[in-house]
Amino acid sequence: MKKNSRRDFLVKGATAAVGTVLAGGLLSMCTKKDDLEATGEKVKLLDTNGNLVEVDKGHMLCCSAPGSKEVRKGMPGRHFVMVIDLSRCRNARRCVDACNSMHYLPPHHEWLKVFLMQDSEDTSSYWFPKPCFHCDTPACVNVCPVGATFKREDGLVLIDNERCIGCKFCMAACPYSSRVFNWDEPKSPNAVYSPESSVPQRVGTVGKCDFCPDFFKRGELPDCVMACPNGVFFYGDKNEDVVTNGIESFRFSELVKNKSAFRYMEELGTRPSVYYLPPVDRLYPVEKGFEDMPEETRKAYEVRRAHIKKFNV
Amino acid sequence: MEYQKIAQNKLEEIFSHFGKPSGKEKILFVLFGLVCIGALYALYTQIVEGHIVTGMRDNVVWGIYIVNFIFFIGISYAGAMISGILHLLHVEWRKPIIRIAEMITVISTMIGPVYILLCVGRLDRLQNIPLHGRIQSPITWDVMAITTYLSGSILFLYLALVRDYALMRDNEGMKIPNWRRNIYRKLAASYYGLPEQKKLLDRALTIMSAIIIPLAVIVHSVLAWIFGMTIRPGWHSTIFAPYFVIAAVYSGTAVLIIAMWIFRKYYHLEEYLQEKHFKYLGIILLVLAGIYGYFTFSEYLTVWYGSESWELEVVYKLFDMNSYGPWFYFAAVGGVLFPMILAGVPFIRNINTITIASVIAVAGMWIKRYLIVVPTLETPLLPIQDTRPEYVNYSITWVEWFLTFGGVAVFFLFFMIFIRFMPIIPVADIVEVNDHEDFITEKL
Repeated sequence: MKKNSRRDFLVKGATAAVGTVLAGGLLSMCTKKDDLEATGEKVKLLDTNGNLVEVDKGHMLCCSAPGSKEVRKGMPGRHFVMVIDLSRCRNARRCVDACNSMHYLPPHHEWLKVFLMQDSEDTSSYWFPKPCFHCDTPACVNVCPVGATFKREDGLVLIDNERCIGCKFCMAACPYSSRVFNWDEPKSPNAVYSPESSVPQRVGTVGKCDFCPDFFKRGELPDCVMACPNGVFFYGDKNEDVVTNGIESFRFSELVKNKSAFRYMEELGTRPSVYYLPPVDRLYPVEKGFEDMPEETRKAYEVRRAHIKKFNV
Repeated sequence: MEYQKIAQNKLEEIFSHFGKPSGKEKILFVLFGLVCIGALYALYTQIVEGHIVTGMRDNVVWGIYIVNFIFFIGISYAGAMISGILHLLHVEWRKPIIRIAEMITVISTMIGPVYILLCVGRLDRLQNIPLHGRIQSPITWDVMAITTYLSGSILFLYLALVRDYALMRDNEGMKIPNWRRNIYRKLAASYYGLPEQKKLLDRALTIMSAIIIPLAVIVHSVLAWIFGMTIRPGWHSTIFAPYFVIAAVYSGTAVLIIAMWIFRKYYHLEEYLQEKHFKYLGIILLVLAGIYGYFTFSEYLTVWYGSESWELEVVYKLFDMNSYGPWFYFAAVGGVLFPMILAGVPFIRNINTITIASVIAVAGMWIKRYLIVVPTLETPLLPIQDTRPEYVNYSITWVEWFLTFGGVAVFFLFFMIFIRFMPIIPVADIVEVNDHEDFITEKL
């Protein structure tokens, strides 16, 4: 045992040493600014505070996006989840706006949608915010012919829109309508693309909610979580067993158990990573959601209401 | 040699039906050409402006392009199943019609896949399919199945043509330009009807006809699984693969009958395409209509009786006279019953009624595919809430119509060109030397 741990120590030590040398090398590569010649061509980037900044293309060597292998593998040991508390939602739609502006999506092109739901004619209707569910057995990933959409170790289902051929099979296969196609040329800034940031979007490819792993990496919560005035969204890590909406934090396992959380249409066998807390003891009546609503949005919900009436679903 | 003389006469006689293009033919040629130009313009518009010019949107992600894809691959069954099965069973009356059937197969299998390309948002990235192809995806299965099927059916058509190419090469009566004779010489592959060659060719044809049948079944099954593998109402059905296969043979047989009618009527091939051929094919059509109707009944009865709420939503849209009802009843009921009556009742059965039955069957099958694709896509599990009407309901745009008619025009144009380069009636098959009795028979 002792011998083993000593060998372990040696191996670790050697690894650390090699790592330090490599890191030092990389660091020196990055700091040798003099070698990097300015090309005059500016590229717009998001800095760690989410501000849009301009950087010379020649200076971008040291801050490239994570390699494609790393992006496809995901963050080891994590499993991202979201808990959405339906009893708090009043359809303020700040989450939708925040997500759209953060990803430079045009209006209507919503990755996060708020549905008006009613389970039966005898029960009350309620608001239902719906991001991508990042299923553990994702139907969309199975059908992709080129592996442009993929499932990572940390539970995320992401899209590489530089590989996507735009066949839309994933959109037909997703039972939750989570995916949106870029029918037009999107007006995204010319940022360095990574499937983790999903910016810029490209015409002829598919986009969807990515659970913002880029925010997580810099220690922030996704914009939808932060924008919500009622703290509806709890974002976190199932393995760490903690979820937070920025103000309150809960043990994930206790929260879903105590509040009888459910996953939407779980019976499809998709094993979603998004859990819903039932709309009981609600903060607001559902009608509150219709206040100050733009006419067009209201019409969309009327379409939905008519559907509920007709098919009773 | 007497065989050569009879065969050459027959060859010349057949080609005499396709002499200089008549006025009518020229007008048709120009007409189809104009439709093709229109389709090219539509294609240009779609490439420049993107898929926004089509009726496809986030809910209905595929429109009539995929309907046309299923349709063209479906009619390709004419050659594969009819010709393949009849060849294996040594049915003698098949001989005058196999060439038409196999040409339908090859031409429609070439046109069909173009439509799936029209659904693809980034044609500039098609290389990703071989580069990053994933075997888990039904689209990968489809790519493999269709390329194999197309190569197989071209080979099948070619093998059946070798003996006719040899006749064309040796022909002296017709004025064949040298360049064409050279091509025939290459295509005939030194076939001189030696016993050994004949044996090999016969064996190759038998093997190919045995291979082409499972290939065809696989192609349409895989196509059905693109829909069947998704968990969506109206698609997620175990019956889908055989259902698609039967629908394909049904529409393939119908298109074959229509093609035969056109050749008989306008190129005066009455001697070869006789009433009995129409009657026999009419009976096949009748049987297929019966099987198809049975499958349809079984599929919708099960879904309706089971009353699962998502499934019901789609089924009610199909049954509702204010929604897809009229189309559904025309395609699923009329498209089965009318052909059965027209092709089945002896005292009204003749060449024309069997052809009308085929036209109804073909129209019904196209509409039925539309009803498989679009209503399901319009009914996602999470109901649509959108104010933009084009996102709620699919409607076909002019670009899609132009490209659809373009495909049909290309189909006819290919036929009009091909019939002048290869005998539409397989001469070597109908004029055969009987090995045992050493006399020449004309098999019709």
